[in-house]
Amino acid sequence: MNQVLVVAEHSGGKLNLAIAKCVSCAAAVPDAEVVVLVLAADGSAVAAQAAAITGVKRVLLAEHPASEPALAAVLAPQVAKLAADASHVFGPSTTFGKDLMPRVAALLDAQQISDVMAVETANRFRRPCYAGNAIATVEVDAGCRVVATVRVASWQAAGSGGSAPIERISVDTPLPTHTRFVSVSAGRSDRPDLQTAARVVSGGRALGSADNFALIQRFADRIGAAVGASRAAVDAGYAPNELQVGQTGKIIAPELYIAVGISGAIQHLTGIKDARTIVAINKDPEAPIFEVADLGLVGDLFKLVPEIESQL
Amino acid sequence: MRKVLVGIKRVIDYNVRVRVRPDGSGVVTDGVKMSINPFDEIALEEALRIRERGAADEVIAASIGPDDAQQQLRTALAMGADRAILVRADGAIPSMIAARALHALVEREQPLFVILGKQAIDDDSGQTGQLLAGLWDRPQATFASKIELEGNSARVTREVDAGLEVIEVDLPAVFTTDLRLNEPRYVKLPDIMKAKKKPLDVTDLAALGVTAAAQLRVVRLDPPAQRQKGVVVKDAAELVAALRQKGLLQ
Ligand SMILES: Cc1cc2nc3c(=O)[nH]c(=O)nc-3n(C[C@H](O)[C@H](O)[C@H](O)COP(=O)(O)OP(=O)(O)OC[C@H]3O[C@@H](n4cnc5c(N)ncnc54)[C@H](O)[C@@H]3O)c2cc1C
Repeated sequence: MNQVLVVAEHSGGKLNLAIAKCVSCAAAVPDAEVVVLVLAADGSAVAAQAAAITGVKRVLLAEHPASEPALAAVLAPQVAKLAADASHVFGPSTTFGKDLMPRVAALLDAQQISDVMAVETANRFRRPCYAGNAIATVEVDAGCRVVATVRVASWQAAGSGGSAPIERISVDTPLPTHTRFVSVSAGRSDRPDLQTAARVVSGGRALGSADNFALIQRFADRIGAAVGASRAAVDAGYAPNELQVGQTGKIIAPELYIAVGISGAIQHLTGIKDARTIVAINKDPEAPIFEVADLGLVGDLFKLVPEIESQL
Repeated sequence: MRKVLVGIKRVIDYNVRVRVRPDGSGVVTDGVKMSINPFDEIALEEALRIRERGAADEVIAASIGPDDAQQQLRTALAMGADRAILVRADGAIPSMIAARALHALVEREQPLFVILGKQAIDDDSGQTGQLLAGLWDRPQATFASKIELEGNSARVTREVDAGLEVIEVDLPAVFTTDLRLNEPRYVKLPDIMKAKKKPLDVTDLAALGVTAAAQLRVVRLDPPAQRQKGVVVKDAAELVAALRQKGLLQ
């Protein structure tokens, strides 16, 4: 039996959709018993959502006022303490998981594997490296505990309809006060979330200004899509940082990805490789984005995007 | 003396199209341009600016890597680091070993803070800073886009999925850099000459008491699955029709 502990990410009483994908990855470990760990100030609602995910055997709920807003330095000692029986500890490859899981690994003196895209055996996994230009098969010594982040774009969400028991537990471990939350600026929430949206429209440097970027937002709203951006568009201030797609931004796998005025640098492409259909709109027929696009349209975006909208 | 320790990793330059060797044993490195990991350049730039503002006294650039990483450390010295340390280690270095080596340097140097890139663009693991902070039992502020030192603490703006998060950490602490923290300076020729005279110490893992035996191995590398090249449509109407046919638009 391998106990796979999945650390729940949540905010505002809602479980992050990435967790159902982590559960799929956890369930792919041979002979897995999947346990979800909820660390929260008041976590009943989140625990109930976790308990409903198919494949979850148990939910551990540890409530502590210091656990929200989430800080890696405060959560890590709790996770490490509660992972005593776990052979594997998984978290999502979101900024929450990327921040937290290696710290957990350090406390457990365990090996950490980032961005698991496939599970081959209980100690052998596949993960991307070199901006997705290579896929590494990595192996941890048998018997060593594995800490990992799950590349959410590689996994389907586990279904719902389960009813796992929820166990309330208390964690008896000192929590540090050397790290303090100050604030977070949340973006607009009335658009679909970039990481989980079925459709995404992204804009690049070609937009030329924050005002022009509104063209991307309008088009996205028109087709019910989330908005994304290239690094160049974010660096130039046309779009906020949380919209950056790519090697060092968000890795996404929507049904439909529309890249507008984006050249298709390798660092961008690695973020969209798993999209079902990629559409590219670019005035340069030689742009590398056309190498990966299922449908390409060559021309001036400022003319083409309104034309597309008028056809809808 | 208020020291800053900066991590410098030698990686394949970000402009190189990386290819997997046919036998899957690694990637092609012959004749390939090597550089400082871009995120580490940002880390070094931040450390230099903090020193130039008078909030730190000495910037130490440290690399865990092969002998050739001395080139990248010389570049770091030319950018403005005061001295450099190479911890010699060959082959792919698992993040945990890099973190242990940095931890040993931290114990020796007692820096005010350590600043590393949020990820290295070769293994893309993005762990070393967090591992170091965990081993050291000190605060971490990852994915930083702004660092403000205020006495014995720092206020750091972080690029997170939700947007921008601000946290406050006591020093010493570990910071990792995101792309928008700063724009690294260019190295000028006279600085390259000056850098040749700056101290560069070479040590190795054993001397730091770090065992090189990894519990984690890369067994094989494979090239990624290639996407099929698609079709170019002639106009907006044809695109919309194609998307409707695929059931992607109403
Ligand atoms: C360490 C590192 C990490 C990085 N991480 C990322 C990442 O996560 N995500 C990312 O996106 N990038 C990343 N990059 C940057 C990446 O290398 C590219 O620089 C960036 O993706 C380019 O953005 P772009 O395509 O918008 O701009 P450009 O490359 O300038 O492309 C603009 C495109 O718009 C087209 N165009 C111009 N005008 C029009 C018009 N009127 N109509 C139609 N088309 C037009 C042009 O033909 C061109 O193809 C990273 C780079 C480094 C070094």
